[in-house]
Amino acid sequence: MRKDIIEIRWHGRGGQGAITAAKIVANGAFACGYKGVVMAPTFGTERRGAPVFTSLKISREKIYDLSPITTPDMVVVLDATLLEEVDVVAGLKENGLVVLNAPPPASNYTFGGARVAVADVTAHGVEAGLKPGIVNSGIIGAFAKASGLVDIDTLARAIEEEFTGKKPELNARAARIAYEHTFIGE
Amino acid sequence: MHIIESGNVAAATGVKLSRVQVIAAYPITPQTPLTEKLSEFVESEQLTAQYIPVESEHSAMAVCIAASTAGTRAFTATSANGLLYMNEQLHWAVGARLPIVTCVVNRGIGAPWTVWNDQQDSMAQRDVGWIQLYASDHQQIIDSVIKAFRLAQTVSIPVMVCYDGYLLSHTYMPFDLPEQSEVDAFLPPFVPKHFLDPENPGNFNTVTLPDVRPGVDGTMRPGYIEIRHNLHQDLRAALDSYAEIDREFEQRFGRGGSPFVEQYRCDDARFVAVAVGSLSYQLRDVIDTMREDGIAIGVMGVQMYRPFPDQAVASALAGKECVIVFEKALSYGNQGPLYSDIKSTLYRMDDRPIIHNYILGLGGREIKTQQLLDALTESCARPAAIEDTPRWIGLKLQEEHHG
Repeated sequence: MRKDIIEIRWHGRGGQGAITAAKIVANGAFACGYKGVVMAPTFGTERRGAPVFTSLKISREKIYDLSPITTPDMVVVLDATLLEEVDVVAGLKENGLVVLNAPPPASNYTFGGARVAVADVTAHGVEAGLKPGIVNSGIIGAFAKASGLVDIDTLARAIEEEFTGKKPELNARAARIAYEHTFIGE
Repeated sequence: MHIIESGNVAAATGVKLSRVQVIAAYPITPQTPLTEKLSEFVESEQLTAQYIPVESEHSAMAVCIAASTAGTRAFTATSANGLLYMNEQLHWAVGARLPIVTCVVNRGIGAPWTVWNDQQDSMAQRDVGWIQLYASDHQQIIDSVIKAFRLAQTVSIPVMVCYDGYLLSHTYMPFDLPEQSEVDAFLPPFVPKHFLDPENPGNFNTVTLPDVRPGVDGTMRPGYIEIRHNLHQDLRAALDSYAEIDREFEQRFGRGGSPFVEQYRCDDARFVAVAVGSLSYQLRDVIDTMREDGIAIGVMGVQMYRPFPDQAVASALAGKECVIVFEKALSYGNQGPLYSDIKSTLYRMDDRPIIHNYILGLGGREIKTQQLLDALTESCARPAAIEDTPRWIGLKLQEEHHG
């Protein structure tokens, strides 16, 4: 109903940190002047490893509708193996954006008319010094590059705050490396 | 300072800022993260309080009753069947006039089991005698918790702060964190008039005879009916107390000014939608859309449900053509509880609005903005008649069962 709200759906697996990633972007967006920020996880029961998604809505004005996103402007996928199980682009708006944790090139993936951005976030996390499998900080770098919504410096700060006591610098580095190695298809 | 956190964390932070001294709770979805956060605050010594884990909600309230009777600030939180299990102790807490604050994270009631949101749990407690506040966003959650402690100890009546499970409890949004020094200035320590004191032995809430009788000191003491009458009168007077507390809160924190009902585009409206909690905010987008189409409509959120703010409701709805009440609760076999209350408030008016009732969202059924738009559009166009059987939104009945 409102045209001013940017809707971003995050797909991951239970325990992978999709909610934390969306929360960090929410903090970064708020710091950049988006007064309306609402992040709503999947409601109900969550199991480790099972597909989960979370809704992030961003606007310059306060957001009143807390219902889950059905027609996202962007989808962010933390785990490419989800593509076999979940229709991640369900409801995606025309000319929408898909940000995917997968090795380039982006042309390996097509989702109708959607723009596709890829970064090998899993590899960049290891490169940054994180344990293998930590992808929720790196994916934020890919999101920053592909969406252009929030600058990487703000997001790196938001990552360091969120990961206080949990390797904040390495997580921020993972995001920066992914940012530099995000490839956007035509 | 603004932070982005869940509604449960907003509630827990409000409890911490209120310097609660005793917390007793039993976990239940979707309340669990609230009490987990409080136990973290106690464990990390950010909050100096006793956290007493208990084996049931009935015991949680029993511990709060004991703690409050001993003169400490006590808090618990629950949802759905947990609140119902607490029911007998809820009655005791208010009869004993203890200023306990309880968060109710609204969830549908089993059977059949549901963990998702509606408001049947707290609405079913409307006649217990507790004060009930409802929050529509995280700012209102944290602010209401702080105001609730002040109100409870001002009028010696316990307060429920209710907010929608999942929709608010598990959703993240920005809210302002009040300064501890400001909260301390707003909320003085709880100083009970009477409390359990080994130095001054006394009886509390013993068997009370039907009639008045002389006490041990020879003065006349009230009977049961006088004590209950006084509770009712004090609840009515709590409306003025809360208005004053809200004014003081607004002066100090810059937020408030609508303690009873929150109106959006109602001034020149012919039609007013009414709802409780986050639904009243979701309706704002629908109101904006209908306004663009030239329909003079507004929405009113009810923020205090008991005592019922009948004067505030009456002045908000006077002169309107139609009032449309959306409810996530039902007085089974009759109609929505809020609908009945509003209808009774309108009765004294000579030129009463028509009033419609919709039931929706039970057990977490998603409420689509388009459905609200359709219902309101229909209500604004419908022939003027009061219907005492509520209409339902989004039902998917199977033909073979109801054909």
